[in-house]
Amino acid sequence: MSMPVGTVDDGRTRAAAGEVLLDVEGLKVYFPIRSGIFFDRTIGHVKAVDGVDLSIRRGETYGLVGESGCGKSTFGRGILRLNEPTEGKVIFDGVDVASIDGEALRSMRRRMQMIFQDPLSSLDPRQNIESIMSEGMHAHGLGGNGSARRTRITELLEAVGMSASALRRYPHEFSGGQRQRIGIARALAVEPDLIVADEPVSALDVSVQAQVINLLEKLQGEFGLTYLVIAHDLAVVRHISDTVGVMYLGRLVEQAPSDDLYAEPLHPYTRALMSAVPVPDPEVEDRRERILLAGDLPSPANPPTGCRFHTRCPWRQETRCDDEEPQLRGLTTTSSGVASVTSPSTSTAEPPHPAGPGTGDSVVPKAPHLVACHWAEQIRDGHIRAKSAEQVAADQGVYIAAEGGLEPETLIDAGRDPF
Amino acid sequence: MTAPSRIVPGASTSQPLLRVEDLSVVFQRKGEAATRAVDGVTFSVGPGQTLGLVGESGCGKSVTSLAIMGLLPQRGVKVSGAVYFEDRNLLELSDGELRDLRGAEIAMIFQDPLSALNPVIPIGIQVTEVLTRHRDMKGDAARAEAVNLLDRVGIPDPKRRLTEYPHQLSGGMRQRALIAMALACQPRLLIADEPTTALDVTIQAQILELLRELVVGSDTALVLITHDLGVVAGLCDTVHVMYAGRIIENADRREIFYNGRHPYTGGLLGSIPRLDAVRGETLHPIRGSARDAIPWVEGCAFAPRCDHVQDDCIGQPPPLGTIAGGHLLRCLHPLAKSELPQTETLETIL
Repeated sequence: MSMPVGTVDDGRTRAAAGEVLLDVEGLKVYFPIRSGIFFDRTIGHVKAVDGVDLSIRRGETYGLVGESGCGKSTFGRGILRLNEPTEGKVIFDGVDVASIDGEALRSMRRRMQMIFQDPLSSLDPRQNIESIMSEGMHAHGLGGNGSARRTRITELLEAVGMSASALRRYPHEFSGGQRQRIGIARALAVEPDLIVADEPVSALDVSVQAQVINLLEKLQGEFGLTYLVIAHDLAVVRHISDTVGVMYLGRLVEQAPSDDLYAEPLHPYTRALMSAVPVPDPEVEDRRERILLAGDLPSPANPPTGCRFHTRCPWRQETRCDDEEPQLRGLTTTSSGVASVTSPSTSTAEPPHPAGPGTGDSVVPKAPHLVACHWAEQIRDGHIRAKSAEQVAADQGVYIAAEGGLEPETLIDAGRDPF
Repeated sequence: MTAPSRIVPGASTSQPLLRVEDLSVVFQRKGEAATRAVDGVTFSVGPGQTLGLVGESGCGKSVTSLAIMGLLPQRGVKVSGAVYFEDRNLLELSDGELRDLRGAEIAMIFQDPLSALNPVIPIGIQVTEVLTRHRDMKGDAARAEAVNLLDRVGIPDPKRRLTEYPHQLSGGMRQRALIAMALACQPRLLIADEPTTALDVTIQAQILELLRELVVGSDTALVLITHDLGVVAGLCDTVHVMYAGRIIENADRREIFYNGRHPYTGGLLGSIPRLDAVRGETLHPIRGSARDAIPWVEGCAFAPRCDHVQDDCIGQPPPLGTIAGGHLLRCLHPLAKSELPQTETLETIL
């Protein structure tokens, strides 16, 4: 498809592929908890995002995973300033988004667009598709007038796999997958550089999910897009992302190239999360060993001290975990690389695609494997054994997964010398 | 994890607990065209067995479960066929007889625990209600049993939880409370309609483990309704794939996953990104959406989305035929075995 869409000329110099497009430093988004009828006192804060650093390179897909309540959506909204950041910097192509206002912010937002989870509630039911699509273009003075704009909208609709007959129709006339395509086309209409996709497929049926995932990958190549994909589904995120960040309770606990993260998750939470994802293969399901976590996510208004995961962690140690907050750090890799420590077959089975799907010919440098755990090396090397969910629950006084659940020794086959 | 070598009792060897025969549900309001939500569904499940009913939204899987439970509205709905629970046809029972059965012998777990629980009544009263109604327990005895039940499904500090309201519980705990209510009378048939869809994966793993323990090795039968083939792979003995109200393929779980022959089954498997697949493989989605289905009387409902469609797919509905022992298929031009999406998988710590 030959369209002049990928080339934006707004007088700005664009960062070349591989350069950092978005750099977030110490982003915090707090929501006040208010109390009282007459005196609207703030009695505390829900620390939805509590100090997250990450950077996304141009042409890359960064996947942010975590369970509900971990702050991943708030983080995405904080970047676009749909929720005001409490603290921290959001540097987009050299400009600190958190410090600009008014017209500067408005024109900056053109370059950062969002795709929402629920396509029905994010499309105005009383506007037809042409009107929905042209609104943003009009606001930013794009796409010319009248027939030129309509041609452009038709091109965009074709790019997302819809026909021009959609122009005059209304959101309710479309199926969920089609609505999501419209939401994507709308985001593309203002020629953005970065697209923040917040759970782009979780409201869709399985067969339609795959269509939208493929579409996102196709568009990335065509339009030269950079994605921040926020989702709870680790399999989906891994499929489309070059780099994956795992969030827990407002913090990034692990970040790594997609394949490394899968080949060797280092943070206990990532391990538990990955072991919980069902795989549509009976043999894998029968064979694999689940790490069941004790209890639920603690309240982000009053997060645990030290490592936030220590209340549920099967590998918690007596020292450091409770009182010392772990920082994200790169792990010293062995000579053959991190990925080969537990699964030597991975490096050979891996096809040579450093750029990942959809990034075209822009080769993105491999990011280091970062983890926020004091004991990551010892856990990786099997020096620390995991406790069962029951033991963790008994230690912490929280409830457990299931009665008579797992035998500790079947839980994780990590047992060599106790550390 | 417990990896039981599951023996699937064939329908011939053991007496099924639930037999659904040619069940159809038609919604018709005055002056409007009829909608055939469930169209001649037949299946059976025996004690200690888990049966999976899989399909995308709108395929009729939830309506099937509501019809079994007798929970469909009286007006504007026509239910035909038969639902045998042991020897009694549930569709012919009176409301009173059904009420005696529901909650006692047959229980249901719903998708959204917040809307299934009464928001203005404490958990304790909702659990003891079942005990009072079906087991004649009162006062302290009922409360003690409720504590026992909440404890059994893994709710910590159950005494305190009894006095709490649903909104004070987390999603996972609400689902546990719902399961506790369902288990209160040791039902022999448990119907779980998307029991973990509203939950996070780590909580989902906890709940699935709980369900597995309840069924495996007991004489409770579980009908699991879900859209998630991953959940099915881990939990179900037999799988029925539904499309547009009809069962299009049925086999035990290994057969479905490794030798599924219907293009729709293959399409579903090809649509799911797998955590253990080699990255960078493109997904193979099914084109269109479930809206594109044509009525079964005009041919195969899946034909408009099918890559294998041929001329004879349109015209008359394909019959549900047996292709191998216990493997039923409703397709004239099935996939060859090699056409099932082959996923190259990686070794991992999982």
